[in-house]
Amino acid sequence: MRTKRWMLWVTAGLVLAALGYIAARRIATARPVEASNVELKIDNFSFAPASLTVRVGTQITWTNRDDIPHTVVEQEKVFKSHVLDTDEKFTFTPTKPGIYKYYCSIHPKMTAEVSVVQ
Amino acid sequence: MKANNHDELLTDHNHDGVDRRGFLKCMAWAGTGALCVMQGGVLKSFGLGDAAHKHASGELSFVQISDSHMGFNKPANTDVVATLQAAVAKINALGAAPEFMLHTGDITHLSKPAEFDQVQQILQSARPKEVFFVPGEHDVLEDDGQQYRERFGKNTKGAGWYSFDKKGVHFVGLVNVMNLKAGGMGSLGAEQLKWLQDDVAHLSKSTPVVVFAHMPLWNIYPEWGWGTDDSAQALSYLKRFGSVTVLNGHIHQTMQKVEGNVTFHTAASTAFPQPKPGAAASAGPMKVPAEQLRSLLGVTDVNYMRGKHALAVIDSTLE
Repeated sequence: MRTKRWMLWVTAGLVLAALGYIAARRIATARPVEASNVELKIDNFSFAPASLTVRVGTQITWTNRDDIPHTVVEQEKVFKSHVLDTDEKFTFTPTKPGIYKYYCSIHPKMTAEVSVVQ
Repeated sequence: MKANNHDELLTDHNHDGVDRRGFLKCMAWAGTGALCVMQGGVLKSFGLGDAAHKHASGELSFVQISDSHMGFNKPANTDVVATLQAAVAKINALGAAPEFMLHTGDITHLSKPAEFDQVQQILQSARPKEVFFVPGEHDVLEDDGQQYRERFGKNTKGAGWYSFDKKGVHFVGLVNVMNLKAGGMGSLGAEQLKWLQDDVAHLSKSTPVVVFAHMPLWNIYPEWGWGTDDSAQALSYLKRFGSVTVLNGHIHQTMQKVEGNVTFHTAASTAFPQPKPGAAASAGPMKVPAEQLRSLLGVTDVNYMRGKHALAVIDSTLE
């Protein structure tokens, strides 16, 4: 019984350590793109890259490379493009930090997000 | 790729013992063309080469066209006007003139007034003068379908749903392309589901029911959004009926499934084909050699025979 409890604590410790490591890596990989503007594309019914971190004030531009129209719509309607036909663009420049989850309102399986930091 | 599949399928539509599993798949991929005839509660499917069309004449005949995408001009089909005209010619050449047409949405590519105008003008040359529409997601861009409803939905409810009766068959047009949620598929919504429940409540269970909507009301390929999130709820209201036929578009290829008393069918597009589920990186327009294009586009002819629970669904290509 005592052995079992001891093993439980060790396991819990290992799990916590692993979670901490993953979280640290996430923060490391989520280092913002240092640029005044970034280009995203819509291709094959997906947003690319599907996740991205930028700084407040970075101009983000999406270009539709598909033969089918798409939209870029933030789930809380923070930003919402018109319908973008082939090669049309939409630009959004975030002024507040946060995680902006967005999708194509015509093809809602298409989802992606932009993280904005100071 | 000539149309000649001889698969014959049997299922029990009256629960009288032919097939208790109540589930059967009969998939006719774009270009192969299939004829499904329901006779005495048994559904039979033949390839179009079997000349079984003769069985299909009935008391009520109508055609379904879909996904005309007027305004599309990319390499997959640079002349969607010509292919819609070819579809009308095909309809006008049918032995018995259909009484009316159903257009299951994506009438236009970008919801532009000129695109709607052109489709309406082309359809005027069809022998059937009456056309019933439901919108596709391409018909309700920017304005939540206001223009669509002004043109085609004058006597409809909500986002444009409605029902009507023809020769004892009850038709229900549903809208599943509005208020789509991030990560989801097609959506009917609570208000429309309640209306549907009330709409069919007064019907006797022997009434044949035809439901038509743009996006499939069965989950064909959720990865590409080819389905409707709350379709199971809608279908639960139709369980008691002896014969239910569900006609959809959206996936630009013909496909069929029979489940219990319900036959599901998707029609080909008149504009451009799309890949089989999962067969390409995305559901985008499928580019094929010009000489193959019309073998992948088509129209669907539906016949009902009173007393036989018979709705025969025939797909023909534009060749």
